[in-house]
Amino acid sequence: MTQYAEGITAEIVAEHGINDEEYAIILDRLGRAPNMVELGIFSVMWSEHCSYKSSRAHLGKFPTSGEKVIQGPGENAGVIDIGDGQAAIFKMESHNHPSYIEPYQGAATGVGGILRDVFTMGARPVALLNALRFGAPDHEKTQHLVGGVVAGIGGYGNCVGVPTVGGETNFHEGYNGNILVNAMAVGLAETDNIFYARGAEPGQPIVYVGSKTGRDGIHGATMASAEFDDESEEKRPTVQVGDPFVEKKLIEACLELMATDAIAAIQDMGAAGLTSSSVEMADKGGIGIKLIMDDVPQREENMTTYEMMLSESQERMLVIMKPGREDVAKAIFEKWELDVAVIGETTDTGRMVLEHKGEIVCDIPVAPLADDAPKYERPYFAPEVRAQINAKDVAQPSHMGEVLLKLMSSPNMASKAWIWRQYDRHVMADTAASSEDPSDAAIVRVHGTNKALAITTDCTPRYCYADPFEGGKQAVAEAWRNLTATGADPIAITDCLNFGNPEREEIMGQFVGCVEGMAQACAALNFPVVSGNVSLYNETNGVAIPPTPAVGGVGLIPDMDKRAGFGCMTEGHILMVVGKTTGAMGASTYLRVIEGREEGGAPLVHLDLEKSNGNFVRGQIRAGRISACHDLSDGGLACAAADMALASGTGIKLAHDADSDVPMHGFLFGEDQARYLLAAKKDDAIAIIQDAKAENIDIQVVGLAGGTAVSVNGAHHLELDRLRAAWEGWLPELMEPAAEAAE
Amino acid sequence: MKSAVIVFPGSNCDRDAHDAIERVTGEKPAMVWHQESELPEGTEFVMIPGGFSYGDYLRCGAMASRSAILPAVVAHAATGAPVLGVCNGFQILTESGLLPGALMRNAGLTFVCEKAPLKIDNGNTRFTSRYGSTSELIIPIAHHDGNYFADAETLDRIEGEGQVVFRYGNNPNGSQRDIAGVMNEQGNVLGMMPHPERAVDEKHGGTDGLALFESLLGSA
Repeated sequence: MTQYAEGITAEIVAEHGINDEEYAIILDRLGRAPNMVELGIFSVMWSEHCSYKSSRAHLGKFPTSGEKVIQGPGENAGVIDIGDGQAAIFKMESHNHPSYIEPYQGAATGVGGILRDVFTMGARPVALLNALRFGAPDHEKTQHLVGGVVAGIGGYGNCVGVPTVGGETNFHEGYNGNILVNAMAVGLAETDNIFYARGAEPGQPIVYVGSKTGRDGIHGATMASAEFDDESEEKRPTVQVGDPFVEKKLIEACLELMATDAIAAIQDMGAAGLTSSSVEMADKGGIGIKLIMDDVPQREENMTTYEMMLSESQERMLVIMKPGREDVAKAIFEKWELDVAVIGETTDTGRMVLEHKGEIVCDIPVAPLADDAPKYERPYFAPEVRAQINAKDVAQPSHMGEVLLKLMSSPNMASKAWIWRQYDRHVMADTAASSEDPSDAAIVRVHGTNKALAITTDCTPRYCYADPFEGGKQAVAEAWRNLTATGADPIAITDCLNFGNPEREEIMGQFVGCVEGMAQACAALNFPVVSGNVSLYNETNGVAIPPTPAVGGVGLIPDMDKRAGFGCMTEGHILMVVGKTTGAMGASTYLRVIEGREEGGAPLVHLDLEKSNGNFVRGQIRAGRISACHDLSDGGLACAAADMALASGTGIKLAHDADSDVPMHGFLFGEDQARYLLAAKKDDAIAIIQDAKAENIDIQVVGLAGGTAVSVNGAHHLELDRLRAAWEGWLPELMEPAAEAAE
Repeated sequence: MKSAVIVFPGSNCDRDAHDAIERVTGEKPAMVWHQESELPEGTEFVMIPGGFSYGDYLRCGAMASRSAILPAVVAHAATGAPVLGVCNGFQILTESGLLPGALMRNAGLTFVCEKAPLKIDNGNTRFTSRYGSTSELIIPIAHHDGNYFADAETLDRIEGEGQVVFRYGNNPNGSQRDIAGVMNEQGNVLGMMPHPERAVDEKHGGTDGLALFESLLGSA
C-alpha cells in the first residue's frame, strides 16, 4: 500500500495534528492512503477538542445518571426532569483559545455555540452564564481582553434576547497567556418534545440551514487542541465571526420547525462544522451519509470540499428530515429569511461519501471517525499535596476592619458591576435574581409557573492547584451549596474542564485528581454530571494555567415564595453560622491578598457535612425562618458578612469568643467548607438553633445586625460607606482609569 | 382592548410585551409579522417591542421603519389611536418620523442594563394618567443606543408642549435633558427607552410599569 496519496507528505500529515500511530490506524481502516479531504476530516474528528482522546479514559468516572436525568453526556447538552412534563437542558463550553486571539468575536461565538447546543435539542434558551478567568490585572493585555470579552458576551447575548444572569470573573497571573472564557446556556423544553442527534434512518433528506459557509474558522478545533507560542496571534484568521441576528432567527425557526413532526435528527454545526455534525448523526443512527458539496450554500467562490468540510462558519444547523417533509422546513426557514438547502441524504452504507463537481472526493467509513478515535491513557503523577495551614500558624493582623477592606476591594472579591451592567439580565421577564441581586445563584422562573431554576457557575482554581482532589470536590460542593443557599434542590451539573498540556505528567495528574474529586462529590451529593466539555493545552511557552474545572450547577425551586437571598437582613437580626469553623487558612484569599502567599493545602471538603448542613439550611429556608442566607467561601465569614451588610444596607456587629480555639482572624477569614451565614429574627433564630441541636448540626451565633459598620467585639470598625466605595471602585478604576480621574 | 404587537426578525421583547398586555387587559394581543401590510381589524393599541430588528444593522430601527407593516402603523397613529414603542420600538418610531429626535450610541459607549430611576414629567397623558400622585418610578433599561438627541429648538418645543413624558433620575446614557420618553404632539404616540413590560410583576422587575398599561386601558 502506498503510504501517502498524491500531494500529501509526512509534513502535511503532521500539520494536521495526526501522529504516526494515528496515521497507521487510518491506513488500516481505509485500506489505502487518505486523500486531502479525508485527512482533513480525520484530523478534526480525532482532534483533542472533538475526540476527548486524552480525557475520555477518566470522564467515565463521573456519575451521570439519576432519577431526574433524562439525558446524560453524549448528546448536545444534558437534560433533567423538572416536573410537570418540563425539562431543563443545559451545557457549559469553553471558547478559550479564540477569545485570547480575538476577544470580542471569540467570546461572542462562544455564546452562540453554547446556545445552539441547547436549542438544537428543542429547548428555548432562557439563561446564559459565564465563568471568566483573566491574567493579572496589571498585565499589559488584561484590560483589553476584559473589555473585548465582556463586550462580545453582551453583544451576542443581548441581541439574541437571552438574559445573561450570572457568572464569575477571576484574575490570576496564571492566566496571563491563556484566558478562560466558559459559557453556559440553560433552556426549557417539554419532556415529550426533545430532539437528539440520534434517530436518523437511511433514505432521509439532509437539510442545511442558517448562514452560508465561508472560509472562516478552518481548523479551529485543531487550534483548540494545541498550546500557544509567540506566533499564536497569527492564527487570527481561524477565529470565527458571529452574527447574533442570524442566531435569533435560527432559534425561532428551529423551534417553529420542532413544533411540527418533520425532524428525524438535528445537530448544530459547531467545532469542525459540517464534518462533525454529519458524522455524529450518521454514527449515532448507525447509517451512512452522502452529501453533494455543490449544493452547500457558500459565501465565497471556488470553495473546495476540504474548506467546506472544515469551515467553522457560525449559525448553521444540519437537519435530517422525515422524507417528504422538506417543504415544511423550507417554508419556515424562508419565512425567517435563512438559507436552506437539501444537500444530501442518509444511506445504508455506513460510509461518508462526498461528491463535488461530479466526482467522489471522499469515501470513508463513518464508524472509525467516531469510534476508533484514539484514546490515550496518558501517564500522570499526582502532585504533592501541600500541608494544611491553620490561622494559629499565621500572624494576627492588628485591625480586622482594614483587612476586610483590603480583601473586599481585591480583584477577585470586588464588585463586578462594570461587567454585568453590560449584559441584558431582564429580557424574557423571568429573571428573579441575577448578578446584581444578593443571591448565591441566579434564579430564573419557569415561564408561566411559580417554580424556578437556580443556576450557578463555580470553581476555586487556587484550591485545585494546591490539591486537585480536594479542589475538584470543592468546585462541585460550592455549586451545590450556592443552589442550596437560595432554597433550591440541586439536581445536576455541567462542567468545563480547563487544563494545560495533558502530555505533561504533572498536568495530567491535576486533571485526574480534579476529575476524581468531582466524581466523589457528585456521587455523595447526588448531583450527577449531565454534560460537559474539556479544554486542554491552555498553556503558553510551557506555562500552564492553574487547573480550572468550572462547574455549572442547576437546581429547582419548587415554590418561588419559599426561597432566600442575602439582602433582607434588618437591624436586630441574629447572625448564625451553620458548619464548623476551625480557621483553615491554606490556599485562602487571606493568605494571598494580605500576606502575598499562595501556600498551604486546600480546605478539606467533608461531603457528609456538606450534605447534612445544606439539607438543614434548605429546610429552614422553606420553613420561612431565614431572612438572609449566604454561603461562606472566599474570604470566609467576614467577607460573607460584608456582602450581606452591603446588600441589606445594615451593619453587622460580629462577636468572637476570646476563649475559643480559633483565633480571631481564623474566625473571620478562615475558609472552612460546608458553612452558611444565616440572619433571622430572634424568635426564628431560637427555633433554628433548637432544630440544629436536635439534628446534630453545628451552629454558632456570630453576631447581631445593626449600625452602619462591620465590627468585631465592638472594635475593628469598617464603615459600610467606605467599604462600598472600595468594593465598587476597583474594577471601574482598572477599566476606565481616565474617566475615573476626570470625575 | 384589542391590541397588536409588531414582530420583526430580531425582535426579542415581543413575548414580554404580549404577556404584559395580556396581564393588564385580560386579552391576548395579536402578534403581527413585519411582512403584513395591515393591522388586524379593530386594533386599538399597537406596541412596537424592543430587540434588534433586522439585527440593528445599518442603524438601530432604520430598516424596520421601512418595513411592510410600518405604513399601517403610521396610518393607525394618524387616527389618534395609541401607539407605544419601547427601546428598539422607540428607535423605530423616531426613524419613521412619528416622534421627534434620534437615539444615538450611549455616551459611555457600552451597553447599559440597570433598574433605572425615572421621573414622570407629564402625568396627564393617556400613558401616565393612572400613576396618580406617583412621580418617581424604577423601570429596567437595557440598551446600547439610548442617548436621546434633538436640537435645542426641538427640545424647547417638546418640553413646552408637555411631550417629554419620562426623564432619568440618573442619566445613564447621555440623553439630552435626561429625556427617557417622549410623545408626539397629539399625545397618542409614546416612545421610551425603559421597558415597562419588564416591570409588571413583583417577582421580576417590580410593578412600576403596570400603571402605564392600565392608563392605556382607561383611555383607548
